[in-house]
Amino acid sequence: MTDIASAATIGATVDSRPVVRRRKKRITGRSIAVIVFLTICALFFCVPLYVVLTTSLKTMDEIRQGNIFALPQVWTLEAWRFAWFEACSGINCDGLRVGFWNSVLILIPSLILSIALSIVTGYALALWDVRWAGTFLFLMFMCAFVPFQIIMYPLIAMTRSIGVYGTIWGVAVVHAVLAMPVLVLIFRNYYKDIPQEIMNAAIMDSGSFWRIFFEIILPMSGNILIVVLILQITSIWNDYLIGVTFGGFNTQPMTVNLANMVTVSTGTASYNVDMAAALLTAIPPLLIYFLVGKFFVAGITAGAIKG
Amino acid sequence: MPRVSFERIHKTYGAVSILKDLNLSVEHGDFLVLLGPSGCGKTTLLNMLAGLTDVTDGRIMIGDRDVTDLDPKDRGLAMVFQSYALYPTKTVRGNLRFGLASARLSSEEVDRRVAWAAKLLQIEPLLDRKPAQLSGGQRQRVAIGRALVKHAEVLLFDEPLSNLDAKLRTEMRLEIKRLHEELNPTVVYVTHDQIEAMTMATKIAVMNNGVIQQFGTPDQIYERPANLFVAGFIGSPAMNLKKARVAKRDGLVTGHFGNGQEILLNDYRFAQVPQEGAEIVVGMRPEYFGVPDSPVNGAAAVFDLPVAYTERTGSDATGYLRFDEGLLSLRVEPSQAARLAGGQKVRVAFPPGKANLFDAATGGRL
Repeated sequence: MTDIASAATIGATVDSRPVVRRRKKRITGRSIAVIVFLTICALFFCVPLYVVLTTSLKTMDEIRQGNIFALPQVWTLEAWRFAWFEACSGINCDGLRVGFWNSVLILIPSLILSIALSIVTGYALALWDVRWAGTFLFLMFMCAFVPFQIIMYPLIAMTRSIGVYGTIWGVAVVHAVLAMPVLVLIFRNYYKDIPQEIMNAAIMDSGSFWRIFFEIILPMSGNILIVVLILQITSIWNDYLIGVTFGGFNTQPMTVNLANMVTVSTGTASYNVDMAAALLTAIPPLLIYFLVGKFFVAGITAGAIKG
Repeated sequence: MPRVSFERIHKTYGAVSILKDLNLSVEHGDFLVLLGPSGCGKTTLLNMLAGLTDVTDGRIMIGDRDVTDLDPKDRGLAMVFQSYALYPTKTVRGNLRFGLASARLSSEEVDRRVAWAAKLLQIEPLLDRKPAQLSGGQRQRVAIGRALVKHAEVLLFDEPLSNLDAKLRTEMRLEIKRLHEELNPTVVYVTHDQIEAMTMATKIAVMNNGVIQQFGTPDQIYERPANLFVAGFIGSPAMNLKKARVAKRDGLVTGHFGNGQEILLNDYRFAQVPQEGAEIVVGMRPEYFGVPDSPVNGAAAVFDLPVAYTERTGSDATGYLRFDEGLLSLRVEPSQAARLAGGQKVRVAFPPGKANLFDAATGGRL
């Protein structure tokens, strides 16, 4: 600001005085400290990633030489192919693809169920006159802090009694239920910022709960939907405990598949295959981050909804 | 039969009572303005009529229908909000169409009404824009359009002009007045701006602390305020309210001010003549004072007072004279204002029959 102002003054009296250049910023001790710290942080994540990536592209012979930081002498995708098509998880040797498709099948209903339930609950709590809304919200908030392990056994009994235990639907329902407290709070807080007068106008114009939701509120929810979508895709995809507890023998998600592969494989450990499998499992959430990451930031920072 | 009536309305929030035993009714085609300072309950009253706030006790009638417990959409009302409350993701056309969301009309009828309202408000070129692409005045027109498409019996306005700048406000004021004359709906309009009230209303209800202080035409409210609150609230600059003591001598009733000045009150139409020595408040509108230092004939009061200062507001100017402890304001010609230098004594006269008298203890009109 001051630079622009002074530049303007200088510009006005340009013939009488030489243009004074702004002094270049020196590298100070503080900035060095910051850069060093950030570099260490980056290395902390990058070095293991580098090792995983290079190892997955090596042959086992090369790995046995023990030089884990070396680049592969022979670049090969054999480990990736093997992990995807042939690796054994327990007695099933069809590779990770089984887990991958299970994960996709779990993800889609879980996403739809959890977001649909919580967006409508959040909308009702924020914008409609719900009796005991405050109490309900408080209970919801408390539920967000209950560790999953405590309610695991009752949940197994409940899902069994409604006949979804051991199916993809069981996993989806449990995901939806467990995500609800946090998601409802997120949606409710987002909708609290919608001006009361817009809601009043809609109530006078239509008065229909669902029509207002679909025509007015849902179109205003783009940002927050992206945020919740990313949160949910990441947490559902990376989940292990719910998958291993509620998924049946043939419906285990990719993470369970991966863990079985790595821990219970017979014979010698194939590190290259393990690494490739780990990377394969991590790819979907990464892709989501790259695709919609910028909306994520926009969604988090967008506070008020402008009219 | 009145078009809108409030009958014995009570409203409490917890232990706090907002409105107590309020009765009010307006006829078909009336333009009722609810006027009062912030927190006087006027918006609460409007929201109760709209159905956005519950009524604690009492009854609201629209025509011969008891709407007290009806859903807002079933009351046959349309409302314009202070912040316009347009739906941000819908186009202007979408906003107008959503105004008819509960009406179950054929698509052609909806289109016809949207076109009609757009033409009436001259927003046809804006129909495919989003609210964010409109200026404040345009948004206000769209908001009014959304209310008009409903062909509602009663139109509600909640301080619709307070977010506009002064010039637009004057324009929209005339626009709303024109629409009222053209379409002649019953209007209930909430504002704290007395100019809006005076210019648009056919009836004004002045409210304070949840009580209707006076209900009448703008002229009645202005010329014969019912109590000290109304007298002080309506008028800009405000009415001069000065305490005086009643004296009766030789058939003449006079008011004696604390500074020894006096005013003749014989021309005042007393509802009841006060006792000798009673404490009263004399209200004198600033615009009824004669030109300072001009010859005086038959005035009710003549004051010789020092000038404190003057204020010019464009077409008008106000002089402030020292009167007892306080100030006495009077409207002067802007060309005269320069003559009134600070400290100089001037002679001003107040004509007979123009004063308003109030009981000092109760505040009621005498």
